[in-house]
Amino acid sequence: MTEKLVIIGNGMAPGRMLDELFEKAPGAYDVTIFNAEPRVNYDRIMLSPVLSGEKSYDDIIIHDEAWYERNGVTLLKGARVTEIDRESRTVTAADGRTASYDKLVIATGSSPIIIPVPGHQLPGVLAYRDLDDVERMLEIARNGGRAIVIGGGLLGLEAAYGLKRQGMEVTVIHLMPTIMERQLDPPAAYMLKKALGDRGIDIITKANTKAILGTDKVEGIELDDGRIIPGEMVVMAVGIRPNATLARAAGLTVNRGIVVDDGMATSDPNIYSLGECAEHRGVCYGLVAPLYESARALADRLAGGSAEYQGSVTNTKLKVTGINLFSAGDFAEAPDREEIVLRDAAAGVYKRLVLKDNRIVGTVLYGDTADGSWFFDLMKKGSDVSAMRDTLIFGQSFQGGAPLDPMAAVAALPDDAEICGCNGVCKGKITSTITAKGLTTLNEVRAHTKASASCGNCTGLVEQLMKLTLGDRYNPAAVTPMCDCTDLGHDDVRRLIIAKGLKTIPAVMQELEWKTSCGCAKCRPALNYYLVCDWPDEYADDYQSRFINERVHANIQKDGTYSVVPRMWGGVTSAAELRAIADVVDKFEVPMVKVTGGQRIDLLGIQKEDLPAVWADLGKAGFVSGQAYAKGLRTVKTCVGSDWCRFGTQDSTGLGIRLEKFMWGSWTPAKLKLAVSGCPRNCAEATCKDIGVICVDSGFEIHFAGAAGLEIKGTEVLGQVKTEDEALEYIVALTQMYREQGRYLERIYKWAKRVGLDEIRRQIMDDAEKRKGYFDRFVFSQKFAQVDPWSERVSGKDKHEFKPLVVTGFSEAAE
Amino acid sequence: MTWVTIGRLEDIPLRGARCVDTPEGRIAVFRTADNQVFAMEDSCPHKRGPLSQGIVHGTSVTCPLHNWVISLESGSAQGADVGQVRTMAVRNDNGALLLELTELRVAAE
Repeated sequence: MTEKLVIIGNGMAPGRMLDELFEKAPGAYDVTIFNAEPRVNYDRIMLSPVLSGEKSYDDIIIHDEAWYERNGVTLLKGARVTEIDRESRTVTAADGRTASYDKLVIATGSSPIIIPVPGHQLPGVLAYRDLDDVERMLEIARNGGRAIVIGGGLLGLEAAYGLKRQGMEVTVIHLMPTIMERQLDPPAAYMLKKALGDRGIDIITKANTKAILGTDKVEGIELDDGRIIPGEMVVMAVGIRPNATLARAAGLTVNRGIVVDDGMATSDPNIYSLGECAEHRGVCYGLVAPLYESARALADRLAGGSAEYQGSVTNTKLKVTGINLFSAGDFAEAPDREEIVLRDAAAGVYKRLVLKDNRIVGTVLYGDTADGSWFFDLMKKGSDVSAMRDTLIFGQSFQGGAPLDPMAAVAALPDDAEICGCNGVCKGKITSTITAKGLTTLNEVRAHTKASASCGNCTGLVEQLMKLTLGDRYNPAAVTPMCDCTDLGHDDVRRLIIAKGLKTIPAVMQELEWKTSCGCAKCRPALNYYLVCDWPDEYADDYQSRFINERVHANIQKDGTYSVVPRMWGGVTSAAELRAIADVVDKFEVPMVKVTGGQRIDLLGIQKEDLPAVWADLGKAGFVSGQAYAKGLRTVKTCVGSDWCRFGTQDSTGLGIRLEKFMWGSWTPAKLKLAVSGCPRNCAEATCKDIGVICVDSGFEIHFAGAAGLEIKGTEVLGQVKTEDEALEYIVALTQMYREQGRYLERIYKWAKRVGLDEIRRQIMDDAEKRKGYFDRFVFSQKFAQVDPWSERVSGKDKHEFKPLVVTGFSEAAE
Repeated sequence: MTWVTIGRLEDIPLRGARCVDTPEGRIAVFRTADNQVFAMEDSCPHKRGPLSQGIVHGTSVTCPLHNWVISLESGSAQGADVGQVRTMAVRNDNGALLLELTELRVAAE
């Protein structure tokens, strides 16, 4: 008979335990999880990249809904357990939901410590513990200002870095003389403090907070020495306390945490405890690696085995982009200890090994952490290092004269060497799984082995193992790079531009390690668009990175002449406009005049030198550029609508003109063509456009993602709205969403297919806040985009574009 | 062989080009990101596209018509494409640009 297993808590430790359990003893238990949070299981180590914007929530989900379903796990979300009845073996949640158990696992985790200084209950005082905290931080960060982080430990510094990335000023207050004093020795702490200072993070050490200031929200803090630091947010990152209240109330033995034996059992043999709430041999762990080791032991016990958890040796890495830091063991000085130190100030490298009896007992690496796992392995195993002492500090590749080839170093690792510290995965497990399951991509290896699936620091090692195991069959370029200048795909580049606050093309190329000095004709226009889109007020458009048509605001033809298309709002024109066009055609002897598919007039065969004069004449009649050359808003095609047509239901012409006047000038990933039809007969052909509107009696049906070019595709329905104002708002929001997410040259239908129609509908139709955000950002960027490029050039801008540098040879020839 | 003054370095945008009209046709003069200057016929060997209108990157230019990439140093097409553009010498004397026009004398006679 299947036994009933109930788990209180849905964090990483029980999640990992279940993964192991389902592998060892599938179907042995009927599992129910009580989860106080309203979410599935996500990777808490990755909160820092979420805060800094380098990852999204979806990226850090460990078990999605499908996993629970597939494994028959009942997940009760938002169910906070308030009582354990050991007599009847039942647990009860605050909302009355109850379950009985044969085996119970308490995995209630820990709570952040909030120092009870005056003002600690003010709004704006936050912990840094779960996704709710991160969301609240991001909300406050949106308005800028200063964040004060109390606590210069691992978590505090990661929070500080993330908030800085979100555009806040950041001050870290730390009680001790050096930061991360539990993991770093003073020299490494100094280098870290300097590196963080270079990134704009102020760190005040030996500082104690006396009070948090403010009346109805945080306004700053006061230190013991009287200094006052103004700020909008206080993040407390001073430590955690195991959540043992529930266990204590149930009468289990509790010290600091819930006391467990080597089999992870509490004082009640049917109740186990796991994770940060548990205390094993007097130690409460807060890092993920030891929790995963104990999770493995518990899974074995529940599967009928007799594994014993022996406690863990831990190591630490800081997840701050661009700072490499590794620390493990004990590095305090003592008479019976020796140290080996390597410093390279120019390269910003500091390495220190602490030895006792010819064995490594502590390691601090700053700047170059490649050998971290090797040193850690030697330390955990207590290997005698006397034979290689002289060159030990140079790392593994120096031993035995092995070449300085990272592949050789990985090849030389023993099968039981730990590769992924977060998830405790060793080399042998990775290579054997690759072979046994025929894995070929990094994501598959992550899914099957969990290696590099958490903090990702070991990704390089895992990739080398894949190369080693698969040879040529391993293709690391699972993501198509933007171009040959980078290995990054468009999405990563867009994400990192925001996350790292990159605001110029040289900054992008430097920070993202472009392989060429100034890019190529593929990446430069893409980067220019991304920067124009993301920083409309700050980025100075780089014309030399635009394709010629966008640089001279006309369309180049096969013979090097240009075509000129003025805007005709909604396809409506007048005698005066037509007369002005006719005059231009005569004056400049325009060889071809053609009506376009977008309801306007194209003048073809104009010499480049004549463009400013043509525009000047057109401008006098009120014409502006039709942007027929732009990766931006092109035309809004309309039918005559209710003003004239006997079938028209709404003023389709008026809406079309309104849309065009609102949206002209905006740059988009690829060209954007709109149409508005006044009734479902659809004379404006709105159902094959990028965005189309079909007017009906009851309102406006908004369509999008059509195509009528290389591919032919009818539009999808976004939704229906009642008023013209709403139609405008929804269409503009949709356009902005596409602007922010689209890959350069990716038409809206391809973008929609990639991100999913339902997701787009959810954000634009159902989420008023999201919609308003998109709309507002579009309106803001229009302030900088709605400048007629033709009149600018008539007034003299970019003069050099339109005339030769010099005309030579003729006058000299005459002499 | 004649050196003809054509203007100053700063007349050409960084990572850009300007044209010089000569009796022997239109010459494109390029300025790279690191201020090197190159000159060649303003005509792509593929379909005669005006190379001066292309995007300049490194020491190459991409033709605006069909994306052929031409080396500014050698004038030859890069990658899988095969073709050659005639190049000319251009000199930068403290910012003053001089173009060497071999056939100018012919034109002058």
